[in-house]
Amino acid sequence: MGGVQASEDGVTGFLDYASGGPLHPAAVEALHNAWVTAWADPSRRYRAGRQARLLLDAARQAVADTVGCQPDEISFPPSGVAAVQRALAGGLAGRRRTGPTLVTSAVEHSAVLHAAETHEDSGGQTVLIPVNRYARLDLTAFQQAVGAPGVALASVQSANQEVGTRQPLAEVAAVCRTAGVPWHTDAGASLGYERVDVTAWGCALLTADARTWGGPSGAGVLMVRRGTRFVLPSADDEPENVPAAAAAAAALLAVTAEQESEHRRLAALIERLRTELPRRIDGIDLIGDPDPAGRVPQLLTCSFLYLDSESLLERLDRAGIAVTSGSACTTDTLEPSHVLAAAGAFTAGNIRVSVGAQTTNADIDRLLAVLPTEVARLRAESGTDAL
Amino acid sequence: VTGESGPDQEGAGSPDERLVDSRGRRCPLPVIDLAKVAAAAPSGTLITVLADDPAARYDIPAWCRMRGQTFEGERDIDGAAAYLVRIS
Repeated sequence: MGGVQASEDGVTGFLDYASGGPLHPAAVEALHNAWVTAWADPSRRYRAGRQARLLLDAARQAVADTVGCQPDEISFPPSGVAAVQRALAGGLAGRRRTGPTLVTSAVEHSAVLHAAETHEDSGGQTVLIPVNRYARLDLTAFQQAVGAPGVALASVQSANQEVGTRQPLAEVAAVCRTAGVPWHTDAGASLGYERVDVTAWGCALLTADARTWGGPSGAGVLMVRRGTRFVLPSADDEPENVPAAAAAAAALLAVTAEQESEHRRLAALIERLRTELPRRIDGIDLIGDPDPAGRVPQLLTCSFLYLDSESLLERLDRAGIAVTSGSACTTDTLEPSHVLAAAGAFTAGNIRVSVGAQTTNADIDRLLAVLPTEVARLRAESGTDAL
Repeated sequence: VTGESGPDQEGAGSPDERLVDSRGRRCPLPVIDLAKVAAAAPSGTLITVLADDPAARYDIPAWCRMRGQTFEGERDIDGAAAYLVRIS
């Protein structure tokens, strides 16, 4: 794989890594090797099957080493969403006799909230815990809810996938331990970007999606710690996608090896935006914890007064800049992002910038040049520039 | 429903009160309607914004926070959501 330079490749100006970024070169190599050598069903007891099994076991070992668990606690569902569905369904069913209640936050990934709805549809209950202005969990409310009778499972993300705010996992763990309630964490915004240590965290279940760290589609990660009461309601006999798992693990090892320096580099890119954008644009709402220590390094979400984000995304796309938005006008419903709403953020004119392995200083220079100009133009066109 | 000329504005019984009817207008228009009236309103004015766009519930309080105005709550007026804003 050669380096990526041309802007036609879509990588230059690509600032939406949180939705799934370009494949890491290590993932491309691993995919290629696995497609050639590990095409067989890993459960079969012949040579080709054993070869696939070896590669799958190595992938499990690599992910387990990275998060600090045992290899047999790791599996690879077909996506991060599937991993979340499995984690919550299995964790809730395993504790059905304890009670019907799932406690989770109002700012979880939609996969968690949809799994919560499925749980309610089958007679369960969900308690949604509110968050503060930075989208951080209200610990007092969480403690009360988890301490109430009938709680089967709690689910709290490691950090928020839209605004980057880290959740207070040490406190979440302490509350759950005291109440004797197992908990799941969606580590989608953390794994590949900051250290994940499930033993320190004390969670029973963890999920992620390889696409967020440069892995391929087709590889979610599910960790179920030994001793967790876990019952999958339906038989799960689909064989794991060995090439996707191998590539996910290869990319994770590669990004983890450079994590410390990458963390500093990505955090500096985002800090530049957080400092410079308010100097260049009036009427901007920077969302998420202002303290860099309270955020994962790769995300920035902000809203601009009086703009419709669909027009803004279109102008940015025309300038070769790819970002996404949580505003209502970019969704199929009239509702804005539930994260922005729960945090009391300004929801119109919203964009999310997420940086990653191939983001350069030049990408940020361009965004800092283009964004103020386009915001000013759109405001002038709608006659809102003086407001 | 209001047109290009801007939202309906009428005194609501007192010179310190304004009514902004943004019903039928989608985000970001209700906040723009509010900001236009606010720009011309003296300190102490109470602006009531009628809006049926779901984002107004979040964006009007957030606009108040960003622009140093006071959000005085939401109430129901004849089945429509009404947001109360006090101009500083």
